[in-house]
Amino acid sequence: MLLGRVIGTVVPAMLVDELSATPLLWVQPLDRDGEPEGEPLVCADGTRMAGPGQVIYWVASREAALALDPWFVPVDDAIVGLVDEVRVYSPKDLD
Amino acid sequence: MILGRIIGSVVSTIHHPIVDGRKLLLAERLDQNGLPTGGYVIAVDAIGAGHGETVLVLDEGSGARQILDDAAAPVRSIVVGIVDAVDLEAT
Repeated sequence: MLLGRVIGTVVPAMLVDELSATPLLWVQPLDRDGEPEGEPLVCADGTRMAGPGQVIYWVASREAALALDPWFVPVDDAIVGLVDEVRVYSPKDLD
Repeated sequence: MILGRIIGSVVSTIHHPIVDGRKLLLAERLDQNGLPTGGYVIAVDAIGAGHGETVLVLDEGSGARQILDDAAAPVRSIVVGIVDAVDLEAT
């Protein structure tokens, strides 16, 4: 699972029947510091609550199909949760 | 499985129910010298790993679902072990 930021909403004109109830968002993957990394992708929104600007975490491959309701739809990337905060520990926390 | 080091955690209030009560850890990936590769992964904690620990991360869905004992869990990365040491043999 990786971090991403929602950068847009995808409004489909036509979809295969299996995807008709699936909200689709455009997501920019982020590196561990929250900086954009890699190319944007379209994620199905398993939370149904994400919107533009929101930091999320997403899962790829067949596990994406399990994040949705109705589940087991043919998607390859899906949002599993919304990120409130990423706490990066400081090295001195170890002392 | 991959070797990683725990460098942080992810706080999330709205998420899939499988994440309820579980900790999401931020693990940086390590190379053969134990140095960060720049890559990372967000993994569910199944073992109680903490800050700075070197861990074994399973990055495969059906194994993760087996550990979580939930055939419908949308989880792919899961911390399955804490590593004491890695010996690198010269070849």
